[in-house]
Amino acid sequence: MLKIKDLHASVDDKEILRGINLEVKAGEVHAIMGPNGSGKSTLASVIAGNERFEVTQGSIELSGEDLEEVSPEERAHKGVFLSFQYPVEIPGVSVTNFMKTAINESRKAKGLEDMPAKDMLKLIREKSELLEIDRKFLSRSLNEGFSGGEKKRNEIFQMAMLEPKVAILDETDSGLDIDALRIVASGVNKLKSKDNAVILITHYQRLLEYIVPDFVHVLHNGKIVKSGGKELALELEEKGYDWLKQETAV
Amino acid sequence: MAYTEEELKKELETKEYEYGFYTDIESDTFPIGLNEEIVIAISKKKEEPEWMTQWRLEAFRVWESMEEPNWANVHYDKPDFQNISYYSAPKSADPNKTLDDVDPDLLEMYRKLGISVDEQKKLQNVAVDIVVDSVSVATTFKKTLAEKGIIFMPISEAIKEHPELVKKYMGTVVPQKDNFYAALNSAVFTDGSFCYIPKGVRCPMELSTYFRINQAGTGQFERTLLIADEDSYVSYLEGCTAPSRDENQLHAAVVELIALDGAEIKYSTVQNWFPGNKEGKGGVYNFVTKRAICEKNAKVSWTQVETGSAVTWKYPSCILKGDNSIGEFYSIAVTNNYQQADTGTKMIHLGKNTKSTIISKGISAGKSQNSYRGLVQINSRADNARNFSQCDSLLMGNECGAHTFPYIEAKNKSAMIEHEATTSKIGEDQIFYCNQRGIDTEKAIALIVNGFSKEVLNKLPMEFAVEAQKLLEISLEGSVG
Repeated sequence: MLKIKDLHASVDDKEILRGINLEVKAGEVHAIMGPNGSGKSTLASVIAGNERFEVTQGSIELSGEDLEEVSPEERAHKGVFLSFQYPVEIPGVSVTNFMKTAINESRKAKGLEDMPAKDMLKLIREKSELLEIDRKFLSRSLNEGFSGGEKKRNEIFQMAMLEPKVAILDETDSGLDIDALRIVASGVNKLKSKDNAVILITHYQRLLEYIVPDFVHVLHNGKIVKSGGKELALELEEKGYDWLKQETAV
Repeated sequence: MAYTEEELKKELETKEYEYGFYTDIESDTFPIGLNEEIVIAISKKKEEPEWMTQWRLEAFRVWESMEEPNWANVHYDKPDFQNISYYSAPKSADPNKTLDDVDPDLLEMYRKLGISVDEQKKLQNVAVDIVVDSVSVATTFKKTLAEKGIIFMPISEAIKEHPELVKKYMGTVVPQKDNFYAALNSAVFTDGSFCYIPKGVRCPMELSTYFRINQAGTGQFERTLLIADEDSYVSYLEGCTAPSRDENQLHAAVVELIALDGAEIKYSTVQNWFPGNKEGKGGVYNFVTKRAICEKNAKVSWTQVETGSAVTWKYPSCILKGDNSIGEFYSIAVTNNYQQADTGTKMIHLGKNTKSTIISKGISAGKSQNSYRGLVQINSRADNARNFSQCDSLLMGNECGAHTFPYIEAKNKSAMIEHEATTSKIGEDQIFYCNQRGIDTEKAIALIVNGFSKEVLNKLPMEFAVEAQKLLEISLEGSVG
């Protein structure tokens, strides 16, 4: 579904990603771990098409299509979703209004009419129940005055609404207490299917207890230095990243 | 692709003024220039009584001795007042005819403006008076309103039909000598709307006036006089457009609102005069004096969405004369390209327990300059006066400016005045967040701007809120940097 080949990317002429190779198939969950500054969030941004980063080499393919010339909004229409590490505030725009706009813009791109209000309400009801979101929350301005946990839950709510093919969750676990983590994780698990894929970006093993990955990759200095099964995460938890750094330095 | 500064600039340039067409209607236009003869000629043309002619001449003499104000934060070539024609009327206008007799070319023009008169009449329950260049063309719903005793007609007719009301109130809120443009308007105003709501009557529909400058080289000087008698209510909307022209057109209007004891007036404006082209050539000079007087327990709300004009100089104000009276000002001012706006309000608290609220949202893009200028004045006898002001500015790109000039004068110790101000910029991260959810940059800007302006948009009558939202989108297309 998602195929990344020898991806190099830089920001302000500073190379951050130095040759990433990754293949994610439908139905799979991949975890990307690694120390601070290893390029995890950059990878997420580059897949989503953030033009602050320049792709200098390599390619990203989604379902066989090269994404190089595809704008961020078109990538979204094609099913790429990014749950932001730091979701931005948009004052005066309610969660509901924002979602309505997002869904209808995607539909427009596919040549569909706006979603009827009745269906929209039904969808909102369904998905907010899935994530145990209070309906009052949906009329608040997007992310304005939200707690860390609320922001992350709202990101996953949006993922539920948009039903992406590839969802990248960038540090969704940070800032969540254990109850919120459980709710978010169970939401993601329910949304998971054989037709979509999830990429989890995280520092800690904690999230992976709830969302069990099929593959774990360790990112260091802009490269995947080690890949393995879910047991790799446990090993990392135990030993930290230093042994890997040493191993790759050799 | 996300937008680079260059691409954005290019896109901005291709954005055209939507209302830039000229309808070829035969006009009856006066020669250019201004002197006593012209003032008398206008009065004569309007078949005015002698007292009105004298009133105009008084204003003209005062105006001659006055100088253009230059304290506003705007820069432009001063208009040559001797190079303007002060009267232009579509030739086929006849004040006595009904809507059915209106020139089909004119109706076509309204259609282009998106204001189908018929439609508005039927669907929106809005009574419309339309002023093209200098003459009021049609007033719909006259009969329905008359049954309630409401008078809604061109001011030129009111001068003839209701001289006692006009004489009693005109110039009481904005005197002839109030300021340079008000004096000019008093001398040469050619039409405008007049409205009177009798005691205890709640006007059952929105009243609306559309102003349009059509003829080249003419100024539009309309005058609106609205009187809400005791315990009455009225909601009033004015809309403005002009065709795009290379030379600057002058618009100097006066609006006077009188809210008697217990009356409430909601006055909303959607101003979309031609803003000039991308190089800042042409556009309307919009120098307007709007003021309301509130008697005991009366309330006046000004709501304005200002997206047009090359230069705007406008401060809808409230004199809170009566005890317990309330004044409100809700404003969205958008400037793009080389537009300049200096707008705000004055809240003059004279009575006890008077309250005022000011919410101003300024949005600047391109190379434009957007200033909020406001005065909150609490008189020594105004015990327990309250004011709350909030001025928010939103910037797009790096070449525009936002300025706030709040003046506060409190002469009574019991006054409570609050002022809040914020300035923010549409961030790349906000745009990218929207992009990632499938919302393109244009739509993202519209969404962010609408969110920013929501408090004010909510104050507009329902049917116009939608129109205003669209206008915001059009005015700002492609303007983020």
